[in-house]
Amino acid sequence: MATVSMTVNGKAVTGVIDPRTLLVQFLRENLRLTGTHVGCDTSQCGACVVHVDGVAVKSCTALAISLEGAEVTTIEGLATDGRLHPMQEAFREHHGLQCGYCTPGMIMAAVDIVNRRGNDLDEKTIREDLDGNICRCTGYHNIVKAIAAGATAMAGGSAADREPPRQAAE
Amino acid sequence: MYAFNYHRPATARQAAGLLSKKEDAKLLAGGHTLLPTMKQRLASPAHLVDLAGCADLKGITRKGRTIVIGAMTTHAEVAASAEVREAIPGLAWLASHIGDPHVRHRGTIGGSVANNDPAADYPAACLALGATIVTNTRKIEADAFFTGLYETALEEGEIITRIVFPLASRAAYAKFRNPASRYALVGVFVAKRGPEVRVAVTGAGEGGVFRWAEGEAALRNRFAPKSLDGLKASADGINSDMHADAEYRAHLIGVMAKEAVARATGK
Repeated sequence: MATVSMTVNGKAVTGVIDPRTLLVQFLRENLRLTGTHVGCDTSQCGACVVHVDGVAVKSCTALAISLEGAEVTTIEGLATDGRLHPMQEAFREHHGLQCGYCTPGMIMAAVDIVNRRGNDLDEKTIREDLDGNICRCTGYHNIVKAIAAGATAMAGGSAADREPPRQAAE
Repeated sequence: MYAFNYHRPATARQAAGLLSKKEDAKLLAGGHTLLPTMKQRLASPAHLVDLAGCADLKGITRKGRTIVIGAMTTHAEVAASAEVREAIPGLAWLASHIGDPHVRHRGTIGGSVANNDPAADYPAACLALGATIVTNTRKIEADAFFTGLYETALEEGEIITRIVFPLASRAAYAKFRNPASRYALVGVFVAKRGPEVRVAVTGAGEGGVFRWAEGEAALRNRFAPKSLDGLKASADGINSDMHADAEYRAHLIGVMAKEAVARATGK
């Protein structure tokens, strides 16, 4: 067993773990943050995407022990003060999901796309950058719409982030 | 995944020390091949030496007429690097098309080159650009480095520290990717430096990455897509699998080479 410390959703956490514990296991089983899903478990599907030090990674393909000192954000860390993050709100508004299994990874990937490419995203960019996320229900159409809208809503800046996005869009 | 002992050295030298002292130790770079392999129990090292803490293995610098990339530099960092985009845009483009965005945030150039997957992208760039693979003990020319399927010239306990890419006057990569795995079904990197032209092919060869001599000869006369008109790569020694047979892959070598030359020459 070994000790690992990192920051998850702004909180310092420490765990005593077997070195082979994957980040997704550490999040789900040790921290009980079950919003991050395991889909394929072979780094294909993206259901397990979280942010590590500000960038999207597949948490099924990272050892928790390797992320000593890292800043991790999961889907649970996006909403503030009980209000959905603009990207979460956009997925709800545009019905960017059916069964919802891929949704946490989709949303974390979507926020990462905005972080890398800015708020004005065309369809081609979104579809190409969703390469690492697989949805087996929706055919992606509404997911792409949701991400474009969420990206625009995120442009409102930190003040707008705290306001209900529908208001911000008006 | 079977249990292992975990080590986190702070420098490449410490990592080399651990590798030589521990029986059955493996290096962990970005982990995007090794961890899935361990999950499938196809690898079960007793010791894992994690290079994540080795700051001396990270970073990109322009040194004279070369770009030097630390082994633990991620694909995303290479793709976004202003130095690489300015000096060898084809290399930045290649890095931006490996796997998917999340994979590019973790996967590293050193890991990719050391693994020498027969369908990986970086080996083609190394071979075409005539890169030098620098390890903790020596320097190895790319021509002597990639020795076979998942085989390299690396000795036991040897660690890639950085890769030195000499600049080319023209260089570009074209890739026909498997849409599911995102690996190259066939990828071709072309580079021209003075009178020298090198064409490296990944994804196609039974023995991994190789140079396409006929393509190089044709492009040496004139470095233009037209020079490859009517030239067919031989299907001998080319992979055949459920995704594409040898004939199809051989055909793609010509098509991808032409596209790469077109990109390199802006045509």
